[in-house]
Amino acid sequence: MLQRIRTAPPRYWLVVVVVLFFAGFPTVISSFQAGQWALALILAIAIMGLNILVGYSGQLSLGHGAFMAFGAYASAILAHRYKMDYLVTIPIAGLLTGMVGFLFGVPALRLSALYLALATFALAVVMPSLIKRPVGLTGGVQGISLPPVVVPQLAKDGFTMLTGSAMTSDQWVYYVTFAYALVLFWLAWNLVRHRAGRAMRAIRDGEVAAAASGINISGYKTLAFGISALYAGIAGSLLGLATGYISPDTFPVSLSIQLLVGAVVGGLASIPGPLLGGIFAYFLPIESNQWVPTQTWIPSQIVATVVKAGPAVTYGVVLILLMIFAPNGIVGLATAGYNRLRRRLRGAADRESGHIPPDPQTV
Amino acid sequence: MATTGSRIAAIAAVLMALAACGGSATPTAQTDVGITSTEILLGNTNALSGAAAAYGTISNAENAYFTYVNNNGGINGRHITLKILDDVYNPANTVPLTKQLVEQDKVFAMFSGLGTQTQTSVRDYLNGQKVPQLFVATGATTWGADYSKNTYTLGWQPPYQGESRIYAKDITTNHTSAKIGVLYQNDDYGQDYLKGLTDGLGSSASTMIVDKETYDVTAATPAAQLSKLKAAGADTLFLFTTPGFTIKSLATVTALHWEPAIYLNSVSNPQVYMGIAKKAGAALKNVTSVGYIKDPTDPQWDADAGMKLYKQAIANCTNCNVNDGFNIYGVAVAYTMVDVLKQAGSNMTRANVLNIAANQLNETNPFLLPGVVVKTTSSDHFPIMQEQVITWNGTGWTLQGTLINERGTLK
Repeated sequence: MLQRIRTAPPRYWLVVVVVLFFAGFPTVISSFQAGQWALALILAIAIMGLNILVGYSGQLSLGHGAFMAFGAYASAILAHRYKMDYLVTIPIAGLLTGMVGFLFGVPALRLSALYLALATFALAVVMPSLIKRPVGLTGGVQGISLPPVVVPQLAKDGFTMLTGSAMTSDQWVYYVTFAYALVLFWLAWNLVRHRAGRAMRAIRDGEVAAAASGINISGYKTLAFGISALYAGIAGSLLGLATGYISPDTFPVSLSIQLLVGAVVGGLASIPGPLLGGIFAYFLPIESNQWVPTQTWIPSQIVATVVKAGPAVTYGVVLILLMIFAPNGIVGLATAGYNRLRRRLRGAADRESGHIPPDPQTV
Repeated sequence: MATTGSRIAAIAAVLMALAACGGSATPTAQTDVGITSTEILLGNTNALSGAAAAYGTISNAENAYFTYVNNNGGINGRHITLKILDDVYNPANTVPLTKQLVEQDKVFAMFSGLGTQTQTSVRDYLNGQKVPQLFVATGATTWGADYSKNTYTLGWQPPYQGESRIYAKDITTNHTSAKIGVLYQNDDYGQDYLKGLTDGLGSSASTMIVDKETYDVTAATPAAQLSKLKAAGADTLFLFTTPGFTIKSLATVTALHWEPAIYLNSVSNPQVYMGIAKKAGAALKNVTSVGYIKDPTDPQWDADAGMKLYKQAIANCTNCNVNDGFNIYGVAVAYTMVDVLKQAGSNMTRANVLNIAANQLNETNPFLLPGVVVKTTSSDHFPIMQEQVITWNGTGWTLQGTLINERGTLK
């Protein structure tokens, strides 16, 4: 065990640091900020699902917002109509959405990349209208108001012991989301490193070659769709928990685009990518819209235009810049930077006849 | 070693001082959160961007009126600050942004938040936190009707159901043989209007309404629905449609060589939209609507004191179109807010402000049609319930008859 810890590559330590950071974070930020970070993690989970589909199995989806909507409504209906505990409904909603995704994957298989994108986009477009029809079930346009979140006594006591202040519902939601994010990211990491993940990547990189090696193409493609939808379903369900209210307007077409942009910005086919993508997709539009109007040096006409165009314009600018300077997303940029740094250090060491430069931290 | 010890002691002292500063910032008793000796902080969420961005200007107009009030001495020496955040018309954004305004910015009250779903999403939260949610910018009937369950929430504008009851009254008195076709948007807004019309027509609704067609906001055009309504033999067309669809509908009706009497809901009747419809080829014959706000483009208000005040106030907003009906709406609702705060006077607590707004309003608002009273009592929480029938004269709206009062018809 000790041996394993000692020889663990640096990225394992990075994972430990990140996990500890997210675990301790809510004790130092305000309750509502914890709520915001919960929403960012929710987007990260959905983007992880999208990443499995787009990044690892090479199928494009512009409709993951619809799967989120399905998961959210599954949970809300179970909790609101059948009086189930909301926390219990989350995995059920995930599995139901996964099944729907699996079924959607069957006909979707017959479509090539571009047409699949269109089909999933259509799903995102019709979803808000579909939700409105069965008024008795979904509350129609009025949406569903969920019962207020109750923080379990155990969590309350534990949090009070650690921080000295009572745990708010936002902080509780954060930890629930964090736990799901942890499990789902860990599962994704295992998935992509093992047989199924290798098969998916093989399909992505060359369908014919993959088929020739005996990989069940249609099986793995639908599996990817199902798993991906499961992630989106859980994210949607958590979104209902975090906002306490869901309605057709909660899941506009732009949500699906937001997820895809987040996946691309974070870095496709990587595990930390969706986390960064989620944080980016959640905070960028909010912060830019609040930041731009406070800047006196920007002419008021431009401010007015930017504010009116809203998140779309900041997304656009950042996306273009990233595509030019970091086509593999933030993670790609970081990895490339790290590798270059290492090469340079090693190279410098080689040039100086094997002497490793002295550690600058001597103070 | 000694120096290290004293250094740690110094750090500890600084930390203690910081902790003490944090602890001393408790609110004082006379006022409330969001009120200082010089400031009243209000929060607002609106669709500044996205599909519903046309409404965004309302917040800017409200801010323009507050600026006007602040420049003229404010409210008992306090100036109003309105913090506006963009929720892109999505409830999933409204929730965290409202929490931000309440928990981080510590606003005194939320004011004129826009959108039915968006404001419904934070109603439970705000009532739970006991933060007033005043004069939401939506005409859904629920704001007044469900007041008893949500005593921190109040609407302002006439509810959609009240408005369509006025149309029903006009039909049952003046056009008893009308064959009605209804085009409505498939959401709370369209359904509310339809319900008001059906309720208002009463027992004759089933025979008078020959066909109802619906569309979703995501639809491209309501042309197919309009053809169906025409084919059903309707001679009176109700458009419970948002501005974009109204413009398309008006143009389509003309293109179909159909000349029904058209009833247009007040959300879509600003003159700006009528102008666009005309350019798009609409004949605009026999169009009826209702109004309760003075139309800035109507020359009959040129010398009106209220209209002059509006033009003076809206000049504080550089990007606001003075002719946009949404802007005078914003100024008018801001006027009511200022009125409530002035009445609260030195007792600037959430409870007192809420009590005045919900139970004691009795205001003549200079931006509303003469005779319209903004009024609430302990048993009536629909502030505006009077509207006047207007007809399109080719270049503007003509007021018809007198104000119709629907107060008391909605519970």
